[in-house]
Amino acid sequence: MGEPAENAVVDPGLDEQIKKLTSEKIEGVITKVLTEETAARLDVYMRTCVHCGLCAEACHYCLSHDKDPRFSPVGKVKQTLWEILRRKGKVEPEFIRECARIAFTECNVCRRCSMYCPFGIDIAYLLLVVRRICSLLGVVPQYLQDTVNSHAVTSNQMWVKQDEWIDTLQWQEEDTQDEIKDARIPLDKEGAEIMYSVIGPEPKFLAQLLGNIAFIMNVAGIDWTMPSFDGWDNSNMAMYSGDCESRARIERTHDEAAFKLKVKKIVMGECGHAFRGAVYDGPKGLGWKEPPVPLIHAIQFYYELIRDGKVKIVKKFEGPVTVQDPCNVVRGRGLGKMLRYIMRAVCEDFRDVSPRFEHNYCCGAGGGVINCGPSWKSARVKGNSVKAEQLKATGAKVIITPCHNCHSGIEDIINYYKLGMHVKFFSEILVNAMEIPEELKV
Amino acid sequence: MALLTNCDWNTRKKHIADIDEWKKKFSVIHELAVSPDGEKISAIIKGDNDRFTPCVNGVTWPHTFEKAWSLRFGCDGRLTCLAMNDDEWTVATDDQMWEEKYDYVWNLQENRDGECIAVNIKTGGQYGVAVNDKRWENIFFEARDLAISPDGEHTAAIVQTERLDGADTVGFLEGVWSVAVDGHRWDKNFTNVWGVTFSCDSRNVAAEVRTDIRDYTIAVDGNPWNTVFRCVWEPLFNPANGDVTAPVQTERGWTLALNGTVIWDKYFNQLWHQRYNPNSQDIAAVVSPKFGKWTIAINGSPWKETFSDAVLPPVFSPDGTRVAAVIKNKGKWTIAVDGQPWDEVFDMIWNPHFSPDGSRIAAKAERGGDFFVVIDGKVGSPFEACWDPVFSPDGKKLLIRSIDDGAYYRRVCSV
Ligand code: SF4
Ligand code: SF4
Repeated sequence: MGEPAENAVVDPGLDEQIKKLTSEKIEGVITKVLTEETAARLDVYMRTCVHCGLCAEACHYCLSHDKDPRFSPVGKVKQTLWEILRRKGKVEPEFIRECARIAFTECNVCRRCSMYCPFGIDIAYLLLVVRRICSLLGVVPQYLQDTVNSHAVTSNQMWVKQDEWIDTLQWQEEDTQDEIKDARIPLDKEGAEIMYSVIGPEPKFLAQLLGNIAFIMNVAGIDWTMPSFDGWDNSNMAMYSGDCESRARIERTHDEAAFKLKVKKIVMGECGHAFRGAVYDGPKGLGWKEPPVPLIHAIQFYYELIRDGKVKIVKKFEGPVTVQDPCNVVRGRGLGKMLRYIMRAVCEDFRDVSPRFEHNYCCGAGGGVINCGPSWKSARVKGNSVKAEQLKATGAKVIITPCHNCHSGIEDIINYYKLGMHVKFFSEILVNAMEIPEELKV
Repeated sequence: MALLTNCDWNTRKKHIADIDEWKKKFSVIHELAVSPDGEKISAIIKGDNDRFTPCVNGVTWPHTFEKAWSLRFGCDGRLTCLAMNDDEWTVATDDQMWEEKYDYVWNLQENRDGECIAVNIKTGGQYGVAVNDKRWENIFFEARDLAISPDGEHTAAIVQTERLDGADTVGFLEGVWSVAVDGHRWDKNFTNVWGVTFSCDSRNVAAEVRTDIRDYTIAVDGNPWNTVFRCVWEPLFNPANGDVTAPVQTERGWTLALNGTVIWDKYFNQLWHQRYNPNSQDIAAVVSPKFGKWTIAINGSPWKETFSDAVLPPVFSPDGTRVAAVIKNKGKWTIAVDGQPWDEVFDMIWNPHFSPDGSRIAAKAERGGDFFVVIDGKVGSPFEACWDPVFSPDGKKLLIRSIDDGAYYRRVCSV
């Protein structure tokens, strides 16, 4: 068990934090989680698994490491949770470090393996239980913990300050006016049809994406708004760090923004994990069966705009292009067909991936893995050579990734495996393909 | 309130402004705002030279700005917005600019009578609060959110008191956040601070605080309760005696704690948005008694009826005898009063407003793109747009502010 010494990654979030642990503290936290939080679900999964190893075929880490069983889904559970249960929580700090390394950096909690397990065991859930234990012990990769800290303070994952957010929207509104006459990003418009929410990296690093949505919304004539106050970020890294309390607070802030603005629905930008947090994994932690304000992903929003003729495609994207099915919206909520509809509507030469839809491979960045920081990058990209092979086989030059994690993760894979491809968000090709009505031209 | 006591409660219908005319005159009109007495309607417009300013009843302010936003009427009828010229931001009220200028201003707020106007500010790369054209004497690495005391004499914000290097997760947990009241910070720092609130007598401040990875409690004037919980939500001061209550999460679920001690014997799947009866110690709150079911509980006893989608904060009648709340059930919005939802349902509904004697309830609602005023569940005639209805101080009349055929009208009707 364990990473070879020559590959050992230094991460103060693990290395320094385990120095503060005692056996009593570890046992206390494990007992608390196993008795107060996991209930029957964990018990059933643990009893049901027949150790058949069929899930190994599912995991990109395992496939990319010559099917080394240590990287198989069941192998990861065996090295962590089985051991914790077998030893009734009596494990040492170094073991907790191993648990954290495996659960946080060698599993994207992408749920592909559940489809290969004859019993449908949610192995991602089991590894999230391991993350929960680590989180309560304070053993979380430093960079991932930092995004959660940012969420806890600012309600966004990038330490974007309240003034910076508003200022960025006003700047992007002005930039959009260079192309669309009197374009607006209406702030705090109570009673608008739609609240548009994004993830923290958009105002921080990719402000042009906010300009793109302003462009699309203004051309399509949508009654929309964005909050000037906290709740504009729909992402939720606490969902992945094991900090359930922060996860709940983040989702509540997002919901409350929609209540305050009296919108009918929320449309969210191109992000997969945020969708999982806001639509199906997050709400339950607050007591919502469904999100209290309906929420749709950008893929569905663009699908509806194109299908209903609200935006007209006049200049299709040229050259071979393929797509990434983000796990959390395609495997998680079946948006794969809509994604192909919009790809074909906007691209001349769409080359599909194989495997695809819910069988697609994870990008390797999701589940908080990319947020673990640069020191884990090498392990991450090496753990996804199958993704590189899959993308190469399409012959495409451009990959559309309607998810921020996929976008960054696949960019790293392209660079490492020298694929000579480019990654784009769907909105980037949409704004260049759609018609600007005469009356809106500057 | 003086504005509503003294306003015209006799003229049945008054044409105030022709909004369709504005549309011909100005290429850009931002969101409309109306005064509490209904006599004025305003929006920020784009005028000559691409400059922005508020237009009030068809007349624009003489001052114009490169940027302007966050336009609103205060409860005293004054019109305020945030405005920028030459890269300097300030607050403008009734065409008067504050003398102080800032790198940025946001989160415009007023106290209950509208006399105190405060904003979050950024100045010289640091953060603070400005109140009626005067910034706090102390500024901080960051200042977030803002609370104004009911009497308007004090302001508070969540402040970062120490520098924190990027990704310093250890320093973060030790705590760099606190609360500043009138610019003076509490002695203690916390890992996190949220939900700052003043007492009704404006003397004390409480907030949710986090003291360790999963230790949450309430701090009052900087002193945390002795008990910690799995999680907490916003505290509230009892108007009668200054006690502090807050929803707290325990092993058994969510319940209510007073000064650190659990006082309800009921536990819920969720509990938030507590509100005090203005005339007694009763507390109403939004609760989820079972997964996916929502209702209001009063002193821990939930209404029998539950709702599937959402329940918004409860509102007590002024005499404290009734409670109403916006609810969403099976995708449709309405209002429930003392546990009974109205029969009519809507695509959206706004907060319930009680008449002063508590006998009537009015709210703004929307269905199929039309807006209505709904009184005790009965739907009025449709409007293109309307604002919250306002009861006269004697409760006999209702002020309806609406747009019809492109014009803004102020109507008074008997109830
Ligand atoms: S990365 Fe995906 S397939 Fe692999 S173990 Fe985790 S959830 Fe399963
Ligand atoms: S496929 Fe299912 S039953 Fe078989 S080892 Fe994996 S988790 Fe266990």
